[in-house]
Amino acid sequence: MSHGAQIGGSIRRRLVLQLLVVAAILSGLLYFTVRSVADQAVEATQDSILGSAAIAIAEELRGGDEALVIDIPYAAFSMLGAVGEDRVFYRILADDRTETGYADLPLPQRPLSGLSAIYYSASYDDADLRLAAVERSVLVAGANVRVVVVVGQTRTAKQAIVGRMANRAAALGLGFFAIAAALAVLTARSVLAPLANLAEAVGRRGPQDLRPVTRPVPLELVPFVAALNGFIGRLGVALSRTETFIAEAAHHIRTPLATVRAQAEIALRQAGDDRIRATLRSVIRAVDDSARSAGQLLDHATVVYRSDQRADEDIDLGALVEAVLRSFAPTAELKDIALTADRPEQPVKVWGDRLLIESALRNLVDNAIKYSPPDTEVTVELREAKLRAILRVLDRGRGLAGMDASGLTGRFKRGANVEDVIGSGLGLTIVREVARAQRGTFKISQRKGGGTCAELSIPLR
Amino acid sequence: MRGIVHTLALILAGQLAQAVEIEDRAEFGDPEAGRVLSVLSTTDAVVFSPLVEAFLAGRPDLRVTYTVASSQDVYDAVLSREGGFDLVISSAMDLQMKLANDGFASAHVSPATQALPQWARWRDHLFAIAQEPVVVIVSTRGLAGLPEPHTRSDLVNLLRDNPERFSGKVGTYDPAVSGSGYLFATQDARQSDSYWRLAEVMGTLSPRLYGTSGAMISDIQTGRLILAYNVLGSYAQALLEPGGDGRVIELEDFTHVLLRTALIDRDGDEPELAGEFLDYLLSDEGQTLIETRAGLPRINEQALRAGPHLRPIRLDPGLLVYVDPLKRQRFLNEWAAAVTRR
Ligand SMILES: Nc1ncnc2c1ncn2[C@@H]1O[C@H](COP(=O)(O)OP(=O)(O)OP(=O)(O)O)[C@@H](O)[C@H]1O
Ligand SMILES: [Mg+2]
Repeated sequence: MSHGAQIGGSIRRRLVLQLLVVAAILSGLLYFTVRSVADQAVEATQDSILGSAAIAIAEELRGGDEALVIDIPYAAFSMLGAVGEDRVFYRILADDRTETGYADLPLPQRPLSGLSAIYYSASYDDADLRLAAVERSVLVAGANVRVVVVVGQTRTAKQAIVGRMANRAAALGLGFFAIAAALAVLTARSVLAPLANLAEAVGRRGPQDLRPVTRPVPLELVPFVAALNGFIGRLGVALSRTETFIAEAAHHIRTPLATVRAQAEIALRQAGDDRIRATLRSVIRAVDDSARSAGQLLDHATVVYRSDQRADEDIDLGALVEAVLRSFAPTAELKDIALTADRPEQPVKVWGDRLLIESALRNLVDNAIKYSPPDTEVTVELREAKLRAILRVLDRGRGLAGMDASGLTGRFKRGANVEDVIGSGLGLTIVREVARAQRGTFKISQRKGGGTCAELSIPLR
Repeated sequence: MRGIVHTLALILAGQLAQAVEIEDRAEFGDPEAGRVLSVLSTTDAVVFSPLVEAFLAGRPDLRVTYTVASSQDVYDAVLSREGGFDLVISSAMDLQMKLANDGFASAHVSPATQALPQWARWRDHLFAIAQEPVVVIVSTRGLAGLPEPHTRSDLVNLLRDNPERFSGKVGTYDPAVSGSGYLFATQDARQSDSYWRLAEVMGTLSPRLYGTSGAMISDIQTGRLILAYNVLGSYAQALLEPGGDGRVIELEDFTHVLLRTALIDRDGDEPELAGEFLDYLLSDEGQTLIETRAGLPRINEQALRAGPHLRPIRLDPGLLVYVDPLKRQRFLNEWAAAVTRR
């Protein structure tokens, strides 16, 4: 999948991670907000009940001619039991003297108002208290008496409620986080889907397909696709330039060599001196060698180029064999070599590049004729076996003298058995490249009863 | 019966809290036993002995000291902080509530206390062990010819219309003397206005005032009383002779249900033991014994639901109001003005 691409992080992972971080922060915020709102709400509730209790007591204060009358209403304390089971404390002072209740109950630090209760927190008898205090003026025996009513309550119920709310808030936060996490994964997937689609579309293209990418892509991918299209364009130009270059190079090398050979032959025909004739013969031979080398080099280059830029098609190997043999018929005839095909009647179809396969077969047939003495037989055998097409080129020539394919298929590798036979050592290299490009195999071995057996196998269509 | 019961009537116990006037004291279990659970209670030792003995069965390492005192003395004993008591059982809900509120009880959490209905406990400090309706008892012979009252207004009418019959023949608690009486009177007063009318009417009949339910019941049986108002129903059921003259009436406008409550004294030496005994009292076995042997109705929500007129006195801070000394004085003055016409 990665085709050698270096992996440097993952957009999806980063995206999911960042979304998760955001979700976690939001969940935390949610938790603390709910908690603090609950805390305030519950405190406000407790305050209002404490305030009502204190006011209810203050309302029942009576003045008179003799003494201050304090008559705590039952409901004042009873209502404090409504929220939860908290301990209740109270203190009533007249002109700063405790009249009844808990004489050491802390008083508020702030000045009191006659109209509404003020609220404060304090610690009393090892407990945290919330307290409400109100002040009233009462006329007793003609004098104004300042009465302060303080009602306090422990905060167990409040803490219990806030604790419960906090638990619920935590559950809420966790739930929120879980949903956000799932959404983050889905979001990352859907955000990255166009990228995956693009990659798939580009990956699915044939090797020859150098058209620009035209499918619509999201805005953010436009620069990438534009760059890709630019790159494809340059690649196409470079490839066609290479193709032309190879073709031109072949032409540019072969044409002068042909001229030199023609001149050398003319000179040979005219020359009388044996030494000069011998020299001219070796010139012609060297030119042949060079022409052969140039041809093979260009063939090799073409094969390598085509391996990357294959034009695969349906090929009937039977027809291909016939065509190649036909083209070699004159050469074989010169050496009185019987060139025959042994193939099934029905077509043997493979999916491949015709030029490549033909090039391989030509080199094998060329070798078989080249390294065989006159008056022998060369057979091209075509077989179908186990989903493969097998091409064998068999001769009764000099054989391989114990050499094997690994030694002979290397570039410019020629056997020790070549004697004066012209060659560049690239033929089997080309065959090997073709076998590799067509996902086939190649082997060459000694043939039973003398000669060589070269075998190329290609998967059937 | 392994327990040896010593009855020491009216002893000023020197080694115990000075302020406590002990009415009765009973010892249960092996006197040599290492651990002692000390119970302070307003309930008679005879009533509680089956429970204590059942609790002690199979625990030879334990003995129980059971001290009986009036509810005010029970309250004062805990308030003095001199220790000596582990479990405090009292019928004066208001005083128990005051003790729990002011931090004299230690918390106790157990499956048994958790199983109590919400109205039968306050925090993890105060627990109801029995629920007892507060009833009216009449003598059928004394009432002869008159209709049985079913509500407080019936009662007011009955008493008002027959002053010669009821004069000197009506009894109720003296709230100044009896803690339970004070609780019943204050709860009545806050529940309905008809209570003060009733008090006024009773006041015209020179009522007899009592310190205990038992005394009222026996006076009904001897014929000294025709009607007793605010009597603990459980005692009435237990003490009235079957087929006798006394009849128990639960008033239908409302009948208070007293919760007999227990708390663990913070200054006690054996809080764990106290917790174990408390759990035993609340256990099914303990509750069954409370009902069958002690004759106190067990905590039973079903029974309350079946009687819509039954109103359990709520264990809430409201109870603290009448414990306030100013409020108490005011109430007693008012009550005296209405009833005793002094
Ligand atoms: N049919 C054959 N019989 C004997 N030897 C062979 C045969 N085919 C190949 N060889 C040996 O393998 C060597 C490599 O063959 P290859 O075709 O690559 O090179 P070449 O024939 O020498 O040169 P060219 O590139 O011109 O074909 C040859 O030099 C030869 O030694
Ligand atoms: Mg060759």
